[in-house]
Amino acid sequence: MLEVLDLETAYGPVRALRGVSFDVPKGTITAVLGANGAGKTSLLRTLSGLVRPRAGRIVLDGADVSRTPVEQLVRRGMAHVPEGRGVIAELSVEENLRLGGLWRGDGGRGGLDEMYDLFPRLGERRGQPAHTLSGGERQMLAIGRALMAKPRLLLLDEPSLGLAPQVTARIMGLLARLRDESGLTVLLVEQNAKSALSVADRGIVLNLGRVVASDTPAALSADDGLRHAYLGF
Amino acid sequence: MTRFIDLTLNGIANGAIYAAVALSLVLIWRATRILNFAQAGMLMITTFIAWSAIDHGASYWVGFALALLSGLVLGAVVERTVIRPVEGAPPLNAVIVTLGLLVLLQAIAGMIWGGNPHSFPPAFSIKGYNIADHTVLFSPADLFGVLVVAAVMVVLLLLFQRTSLGLRMRASAFEPEVARLLGVRVGHMFTIGWALASLAGSLAGVLVAPNVFVAPNAFDSVLVFGFTAAVLGGLESPPGAVVGGVVVGLALSYVSGYAGASVVTLGALAILVAVLMIRPSGLFAPAAARRV
Amino acid sequence: MATRTAVVGDKERRRPMERARQATLVRHLTVALVAGLVLYVVSNALSAFDNLQLATMAYSFTAVAGLTVLTGLNGQVSLGHGAFMCIGAYATAKLLGEGTDHLPLALVLLLAALITAVGGVLAGAAAARLRGPYLAGATLALAVGLPTIADRFPTFLGASNGLTVIPSTPPASLGATFPLERWQAWITCLGALIVYVLLANLMRSRYGRAFRAVRDDEVAAELAGLHVARVQVLAFVVSAACAGLGGGLFVVVTQLAAPGAFALTLSVALLAAVVLGGLGSLWGAALGSAAIVLIPQWSDDLSKSLSLSSNVQANLALAVYGALLIGVMLAAPRGLAGAFDWVHQQVRRASTRREEEEQA
Repeated sequence: MLEVLDLETAYGPVRALRGVSFDVPKGTITAVLGANGAGKTSLLRTLSGLVRPRAGRIVLDGADVSRTPVEQLVRRGMAHVPEGRGVIAELSVEENLRLGGLWRGDGGRGGLDEMYDLFPRLGERRGQPAHTLSGGERQMLAIGRALMAKPRLLLLDEPSLGLAPQVTARIMGLLARLRDESGLTVLLVEQNAKSALSVADRGIVLNLGRVVASDTPAALSADDGLRHAYLGF
Repeated sequence: MTRFIDLTLNGIANGAIYAAVALSLVLIWRATRILNFAQAGMLMITTFIAWSAIDHGASYWVGFALALLSGLVLGAVVERTVIRPVEGAPPLNAVIVTLGLLVLLQAIAGMIWGGNPHSFPPAFSIKGYNIADHTVLFSPADLFGVLVVAAVMVVLLLLFQRTSLGLRMRASAFEPEVARLLGVRVGHMFTIGWALASLAGSLAGVLVAPNVFVAPNAFDSVLVFGFTAAVLGGLESPPGAVVGGVVVGLALSYVSGYAGASVVTLGALAILVAVLMIRPSGLFAPAAARRV
Repeated sequence: MATRTAVVGDKERRRPMERARQATLVRHLTVALVAGLVLYVVSNALSAFDNLQLATMAYSFTAVAGLTVLTGLNGQVSLGHGAFMCIGAYATAKLLGEGTDHLPLALVLLLAALITAVGGVLAGAAAARLRGPYLAGATLALAVGLPTIADRFPTFLGASNGLTVIPSTPPASLGATFPLERWQAWITCLGALIVYVLLANLMRSRYGRAFRAVRDDEVAAELAGLHVARVQVLAFVVSAACAGLGGGLFVVVTQLAAPGAFALTLSVALLAAVVLGGLGSLWGAALGSAAIVLIPQWSDDLSKSLSLSSNVQANLALAVYGALLIGVMLAAPRGLAGAFDWVHQQVRRASTRREEEEQA
């Protein structure tokens, strides 16, 4: 589904990604792990077009999207839930959701009911401004909004940030469900390596902008050195 | 008592015009976080265009429509060419660019149409209504002004709150990066925002033109008062702009009526400072935090 | 033996700092002295009209320099500094009075600066509560509203005709034929140099550091022990006093204090000079002041030499001005000082690259 080849990104003199390469097979959850500053967020921002890569290629379903503008990637089936969720506080829950589906041209209302089925709490609060939601609800809203675009690939940046363990577990469970039931492909950036690996099919470890390990969750967890050095457990 | 009513009606009539200017400033602020000091120049140019048409024999309504249309176009053009490069830059850059644009537009107007003030016809009669044998300070022209500004408000409100375009524009204004991730062409939204704002400004221009006459510098005071109104209402709030406009209109009318016309500008300054001291972000400053 | 050098005594710690402070002062005084000599020589060679231009640049500099400290160093955008020049001008005009019987000129100008500083305290206290566009709006209203006070007190302040003063004549020791304009240039340049030394020292002092700290991060500055509002008011007062001096010097040159001279365009010009020269740079302030005096002049000359229609002629200077503001902001947002810095960096980078190649 997604191929990343020798991706390099820099912010001025600071090189965030130094030749990152990996694959994300269709219908899987791939976790991107590593310490703060390893380049995980830079990776997602480069993939979704917010940052221009200095070198390398991004291939989505066989098409080279390395230079595609941000606004178009959603049309190509890639949805990005940014770090911090990016819920628009001043808009209502429903307006946030509709935004996700707007580019399809039906006022974003198609698929709203399914979202409310998937996230009943959002349905209860559909008219409320988004800033009245709790952290977990906002994460649901951000994911729901991304799903409104009916993406084939979902990029998620640190969904567990600031959330209680049960909520995090629920989100991971949701991702697994979406993968199993709708064949959604997920690229999940997480600092909480343990919870990410609990649902991932594959794990990639970044350090200082390079891939230092790429393996199954079982193999990664079994490697003590790796775990202590990069995964924090 | 009749004097008070007169001044109140007069204040509302002027307030509508200031509200339109304030609205255009607020729209641009919300969309692109820029304070458009060039607004006076832009609405001056569109009013001049209307005047030219009328001067060449066109009817008032053709001129009126031309002003609004050229406002739309001018707003879009300005945003796309001169403002786009400074949208992400430090705010001082945009301040200088808009001030420079103001000066440039006034100079261009002077070159094309000269510095002499030209008279501009009102939409309707400017003779006050006759109520109970007394001619109030409120005429059919004033009523038209109030109604049309109110109509524009309502249309803009519906646009922003009820349509997909409005949703996209609001999203672009609040969180441009997130909006881009959701497939919104944020640049287009900014251009449309500027076009609509400039439309509101042009409306103010044609409404106030009969009073101030049309000349390159004639609209400076309107800008200052509209500015005061926008800041009063709090730059985040379009309804605030309207309320601010009416408040400024009324206050200045009372000041002019009871204290003399020469202190009107000082009066605006005093009101502005007084309000900002109590509420540094305007009367309708939003309480909710923005980052989630 | 161990106790002797264990702790650096207060006196020893203070000495290098004082030496550093004195070195800065000496450096600035030297620059001012050299500049003063250059200006002296130049003004002797200039025509009366050009001396007038020089004087205009000099009094503009005093206001622009103060504004660049406020906006560049302290981050507060003021659209109202024309109003402070107005206060200084009127104070000077009142103190000079109708005839020649008045306090020494230097004292008058100092008093005018102090009076304006009081205005700066009031404005600064109000401004400290405001941020961004609200500050811009309030200072805009100040710029437009303050000059109208003259109409409110027509006898005391001369209404729209303003107050006139008798020009300060050159002392007899310089000779009977000493041109008035050169004398005015000398006075204003002296004022400009004094302002330069004071501001240059201020920028290097702990006040300058406090200004920058508050500009960069108010919360951090507060946590570090700075009283943010007080620092902001101080910056306002300093810049207002400089503008007040500029207004006083304006009266020395034009012999007139009238509301028309302090319209919004003046405040715009001051801010333009700050931006063209480069925020926070005194050299930039000098360049910017020269720009806002020379550009209208050159545009006027250009339009006359091209014998364009009268409408175009009357507005060409303004059009060039406006276009230049836009152009500079789009092309060189850091102004002339920034452009020089950039060139300097490029040169340095090229020379280090060459060194590396030679070493390899």
